[in-house]
Amino acid sequence: MTKKANSSDTINRVWKFFTSVKLTVVLLLSLAVTSIIGTVIPQSGTASEYFHKYGELRYKILSFLDSIFDIFDMYHSWWFQVLLLLLTVNIIICSIDRMKATWKIIFVKVPRFNVSRFRRLEYKKEFSQSSMPDKLEQIYKPIVSGSYGYSRVEQTDNGFCLFAEKWRWTRFGVYIVHLSIILMLLGGLIGSIFGFEGFVNIPEGESAKKINLRNTTEMHLLDFEIKCEDFSLSFYDSGAPREYRSSLVIIENGKPVLKKDIIVNDPLRYKGINIFQSSYGTLPPEEVTLSFTIRDTGMEYKKKAAINKPVDMPEGLGTFIIKDYSSSAGFKGHNIGEAFMGILTRKTGNPVNIMLPLRFPSFDKMRKGDVIIAVASHNHRYYTGLQVTKDPGVWVVYSGFILMIIGCFVTFFMSHQRLCIEVTGKGNHSMVMIAGTSNKNKMGMQRKIEILAEKLDKLIRSNEEKL
Amino acid sequence: MNSSIILSVTTFVYGLAAFLYIVSWVFKKEAPGKLALWTAVLGLAGNTAGIILRWIESYKMGIGHAPLSNLYESLVFFSWTILLIYLFVERKYKNRTIGAFVTPLAFFAMAYASLHNNSIQPLIPALKSNWLIAHVITCFIGYAAFAIAFGTSWMYLIKKRDTEGKSLLLKRFPKTNTIDELTYQMIMLGFLFLSIGIITGAVWANSAWGRYWGWDPKETWSLITWFVYATLLHAKMMRGWHGKRIAYLSIAGFAAVLFTYFGVNLLPGLHSYGAMGQ
Repeated sequence: MTKKANSSDTINRVWKFFTSVKLTVVLLLSLAVTSIIGTVIPQSGTASEYFHKYGELRYKILSFLDSIFDIFDMYHSWWFQVLLLLLTVNIIICSIDRMKATWKIIFVKVPRFNVSRFRRLEYKKEFSQSSMPDKLEQIYKPIVSGSYGYSRVEQTDNGFCLFAEKWRWTRFGVYIVHLSIILMLLGGLIGSIFGFEGFVNIPEGESAKKINLRNTTEMHLLDFEIKCEDFSLSFYDSGAPREYRSSLVIIENGKPVLKKDIIVNDPLRYKGINIFQSSYGTLPPEEVTLSFTIRDTGMEYKKKAAINKPVDMPEGLGTFIIKDYSSSAGFKGHNIGEAFMGILTRKTGNPVNIMLPLRFPSFDKMRKGDVIIAVASHNHRYYTGLQVTKDPGVWVVYSGFILMIIGCFVTFFMSHQRLCIEVTGKGNHSMVMIAGTSNKNKMGMQRKIEILAEKLDKLIRSNEEKL
Repeated sequence: MNSSIILSVTTFVYGLAAFLYIVSWVFKKEAPGKLALWTAVLGLAGNTAGIILRWIESYKMGIGHAPLSNLYESLVFFSWTILLIYLFVERKYKNRTIGAFVTPLAFFAMAYASLHNNSIQPLIPALKSNWLIAHVITCFIGYAAFAIAFGTSWMYLIKKRDTEGKSLLLKRFPKTNTIDELTYQMIMLGFLFLSIGIITGAVWANSAWGRYWGWDPKETWSLITWFVYATLLHAKMMRGWHGKRIAYLSIAGFAAVLFTYFGVNLLPGLHSYGAMGQ
């Protein structure tokens, strides 16, 4: 018996702990403060990046902290997840606990009104009218029922009481906000379990089926192939990028099923998988046209060449072979952009290394050889960098978004308003009292009472004048 | 007449309005107060014209886009929103001392904007989205509401220091309860729009990069700001906090807003020193 009592006691204590708003405040502030860490220390970098950034000593301290607190990936660390979990439990238990009382208020068949409670209110309007209560009732009733969803009249000894109320359901607003947060966290969880985030680089004209998953070395095999037919980029006159465009084809079982050009902000979606334009790069051209100019005669010869395929030079000068390509070649410590590296072999003498930067066609003149080699033309080849993701939780998150907006609006700007107009006949005139309550924005309610009192007063006066 | 000139003039008009609001408060005169209101209205009209003209100019340049794409344009829009909300507040609360604490913020934002490059730039691919307008407008309505709450929080704290009600300057402030209520109203407005701003940003991020949340510094700081104001709302609604404590939290919240807006650019990124692809 005592054991049972103890366990229910513990449950009660845990329940109490989680119903506290103090806990909410502590958790929200803890989340706010700890979140700063991840904005100061860059997240998910490689060891060498951190080493480079912080130097040896600080790197050692930080990586020690990382081994315990995951500060290099803090938003996915155990303690941050614990904070989120505690907040979730806090939200759920608080909501359930308070919902019990709210439920009773919202779902009543006949709302109860207590005149004396309205009489006791600090803010109320009182004035006298020269009409009798039964006449006032006929005038007041349609006005009040027009702007309040529920109204009823109760007869009293010397007059009547008009009760009205509206927006009782808005007491649910805060639970809608809480539900929206649960949905967002749930959607995030679904995404992290059943979704993936990866990337793939596809050269123009080629296709890919395997993608690299982010932050791991793992690959993911898609059910279909993505083919990149073409990649193009354009620039503004200022040199700033205007557009990156990939022409993609989805190939399933060897057949093309979907064709679409994607640009940034306009992805392709197929079978729950989203393909985004995320980066691009250049590939070595497959074929180039080389020009050989004989220094003495100025004669120029053109020949096609490909990497690792030796070319016979004109006038029996030997052979030339392109060995390598770099998208950013260095020369005396400067980046001179794209360049080919080749080897010139004469019938006699040692082979010579030659660099052919694409941007500087007369670069090879500096060598002062008897033949000047340059790249006359080349076909550029790009690869497109695609972000490939799947997130089945996204619709749960989005429904959370919508509920959050609705819930915040209802919670902040709508309230459960109750109104009481008490009219008491005194001789040949009536005393009127108007008072009202609302569960939020009390000042707004006072203003409403004021306006209503003025309106009713004026109405009677104009009625009397007509008579 | 181009938008840059109109907006430069607007800066001075806002400066004048702020000056007049302060004069009318300090010297307890009605005339400069009325003049301040009309100067503020004139400034808002100039601000509106500047924004619309800049929009038209960008189309004439063949790179048409809403003028909400860089720091300069966002600051101009920020001032516009502050003024617009403030004029509503003045109308409703019928007290011009609030203007002495709010219009200087719009003036500072415009003055700060003028230090930045104000040429109209074409949109980079990442910004070419209809979400840009929704995201920026909602965020800045939120920021502007928080800015006004920041001003009224200071008013509250200043008025509360004068416990005996001796200061004649402070007599012209609204009642402390009214200031407290106004702060709270502005924070609720700000919170709603900050939430919508974060949400539209998330939806945009999902359509541009395939993820709605990535914990990048800007996103994280907007969430930190959200946490601070969420704390304030819970403290107020559930634990009955009011007055000074709410004013302090509101000031802390606005500090987070400013950091989200300006400070994030100062934070180190892993890629800030190295080549970053393209």
